[in-house]
Amino acid sequence: MALFENLSDRMNHIFSKLRNRSKLTELEIKQAMREIRVALLEADVNYGVVKEFTAKVSEKALGEEILKSLTPGQQIVKIVYDELVALMGSTHQKLAVGDRPPTIYMMCGLQGAGKTTMCGKLALYLKKQGKKVLLVACDVYRPAAIKQLKIVADRVQTECFEMGQIKPLKIAQEAVKYALKNGYDTVILDTAGRLHIDEALMDELVGLKKEMKPTEILLVVDSMTGQDAVTVADAFNKQLDITGVIMTKLDGDTRGGAALSIKAVTGKPIKFSGTGEKPEDIEAFHPERMASRILGMGDVLTLIEKAQDAFTQEEAEKLSKKMRENSFTLEDYLEQLESMKKMGNLGDMVAMIPGLSGRLKGAPQIDEKQISHSKAIIRSMTPQERRNPEIIKASRRKRIANGSGTSIQEVNQLLKQFEMMKDMMAKMQKGGLRGLRALKGMF
Amino acid sequence: MGFFQKIVAGIKKTKDALSKKLFFAFSARALDDEFYDNLEEALLVADVGYEATEALISELKDEIFSRKIKKPEEARDVLKQLMIDDLDYEIPEFEYPLVILLSGVNGVGKTTAIGKLAHMFKDMGKSVVIAAADTFRAAASDQLEVWGERAGVRVIRHNEGADPAAVVFDAISSAKAKNTDVVLVDTAGRLHNKKNLMAELQKICRVVERELPQADFRKYIVLDATTGQNAVSQAKIFSEDIETDGIVLTKLDGTAKGGVVLAISKEVELPVTYVGVGEKIDDLIPFDATDFVNALF
Ligand SMILES: Nc1nc2c(ncn2[C@@H]2O[C@H](COP(=O)(O)OP(=O)(O)OP(=O)(O)O)[C@@H](O)[C@H]2O)c(=O)[nH]1
Ligand SMILES: [Mg+2]
Repeated sequence: MALFENLSDRMNHIFSKLRNRSKLTELEIKQAMREIRVALLEADVNYGVVKEFTAKVSEKALGEEILKSLTPGQQIVKIVYDELVALMGSTHQKLAVGDRPPTIYMMCGLQGAGKTTMCGKLALYLKKQGKKVLLVACDVYRPAAIKQLKIVADRVQTECFEMGQIKPLKIAQEAVKYALKNGYDTVILDTAGRLHIDEALMDELVGLKKEMKPTEILLVVDSMTGQDAVTVADAFNKQLDITGVIMTKLDGDTRGGAALSIKAVTGKPIKFSGTGEKPEDIEAFHPERMASRILGMGDVLTLIEKAQDAFTQEEAEKLSKKMRENSFTLEDYLEQLESMKKMGNLGDMVAMIPGLSGRLKGAPQIDEKQISHSKAIIRSMTPQERRNPEIIKASRRKRIANGSGTSIQEVNQLLKQFEMMKDMMAKMQKGGLRGLRALKGMF
Repeated sequence: MGFFQKIVAGIKKTKDALSKKLFFAFSARALDDEFYDNLEEALLVADVGYEATEALISELKDEIFSRKIKKPEEARDVLKQLMIDDLDYEIPEFEYPLVILLSGVNGVGKTTAIGKLAHMFKDMGKSVVIAAADTFRAAASDQLEVWGERAGVRVIRHNEGADPAAVVFDAISSAKAKNTDVVLVDTAGRLHNKKNLMAELQKICRVVERELPQADFRKYIVLDATTGQNAVSQAKIFSEDIETDGIVLTKLDGTAKGGVVLAISKEVELPVTYVGVGEKIDDLIPFDATDFVNALF
């Protein structure tokens, strides 16, 4: 595997010898561009897009004052990062609303991209903004697709309009009538997944577009898509003139270079990302976060934001101080367990930490039942034990297990998990905060 | 229509970018830097991935040097052979009773492949039962039931949210009672970085091993040919978490050519067993390395 976790590290390596020199040579810049190229290709950014991109960046890099700066590596990463953000659209783009009701959003994309799930998420998202949303089952081909949308609609407590397996256009037309009559201001059309080269099915979408005049046509793309993303997006865009893109399954460990490729070839904004299987797992798309992800720098911003949501500022400062001093105890762990639950899975968190994303395996994952067990275990320890877990030998473990109504194995596991957590914090300290500082300079 | 023909038909229809690029590369006059640049591009665009591409090119260069090859056509045959060698595995024959479990990330085509496999075994005269062990995704069992009907095979299902291992247990009990040859297990899509979901998969496997220890148990990961380098991570982690025996590569009827299997082969040595080439019940074909590579060129 790659020798360096992320582009930042690679750049630092290339330029590490240059600190005391005042000038970078063209050759060194070229070498840096090669690394950038590899990083982008490994992230699945399209070949053609990479080529254009590195050409642009090297032009900038050669022209700018970076040669004289003390941290040429970081400077180049900054240029790359800025260009990536610029390419993906600098700000978040909101969904358009129709001139007159109902607003119609038509979802489209390849098979298995995640359209149906996204329909539910979008419905919930819009409902939270006070909209009344009708989901419409226009996937009349895939077995049980209608049933799936119905369940999805149920989960987000909205209605699903379906007419069985008849012509999708007819369903859409009837749905709009139904929406108007029943006070729905927003209609989301779930269409069947299809290949961009399937002429008959692409024509069906063109027909839907012509008759329904959707406010937005949203292309749903799996963020794990490879080089073919451009071919697919280009085909959908050429035939439908899509208005936006939604990236799904970003809770995986993909670098998601497809996002960049798609924006580059279609010029259409990426509006949302899907980050889990639950209806609330939808986020407005943030180009900055995507840029650091593509570069393998971890999604530091999301991490910070999530942490901010879950902890108060004060708590966060306390925690960060403890981490710095490496004085995190089981007492603190107990305190954090609750907040941790709010932050979501620890594994998800770790995935966002620069430099750790690749080393995710073995990171503890916490579920609610386990949290309450852990709390009981820690509460059964003496204050002294909480501060010095090393003293908890066999007899103490037995006592703690009895006291908390758990087993010795569970006590062992908690202690192991605590050690892992401490270890991780130390790593976060080394890799994470350095990366964080480096990133800070960029905003 | 055979595998090769089907794929070629697909390529003709799609004016496939890769074969054009490879054709372009090999129509060079000499084996110079430009030739290697074009070749690199063609492989990268096929999702072969940076490391595997560089490895293939360097192997090719070695061969060209040691065999004193001058002509691009000859180089092409060498490269083809290198790729075939990478993908050609000896796959042991099935023995019965047989259990096949399909796993993979969300939306790759697991359920559809289960339907296709059921049909294939039925055609071979085997008795089949399907375990609808995706109790998580909305309407997953209903979807599978449609496939069960199409293939004429019984489907064991529980309610949504039930323990998937319990579904598998029931399917196996049913198979034992009726002396069924093949048990096909459909599982919920899961991203490989979610530990708890991977643990659930391990539990399902343990049930199979405990309840039907004499069975030939094959665990396949289903990969979408459209996926890029993340497929390497998928293959790696799934095969670490549940000892995986092979790959089912789906959606080869699109324009993506699934070159990532070359990268996977270099890193995890996992053979491709079947490929999906459409949404119909007979759109599943045993993998053939030579045909696959020929279809790339
Ligand atoms: N074109 C094409 N489509 C396919 C192929 N295999 C599956 N599909 C389609 O891909 C979509 C997803 O397939 P499923 O079988 O539901 O995938 P899955 O992996 O079971 O999905 P989850 O259970 O939701 O994770 C469906 O629309 C299938 O019809 C294939 O080989 N070619
Ligand atoms: Mg399924």
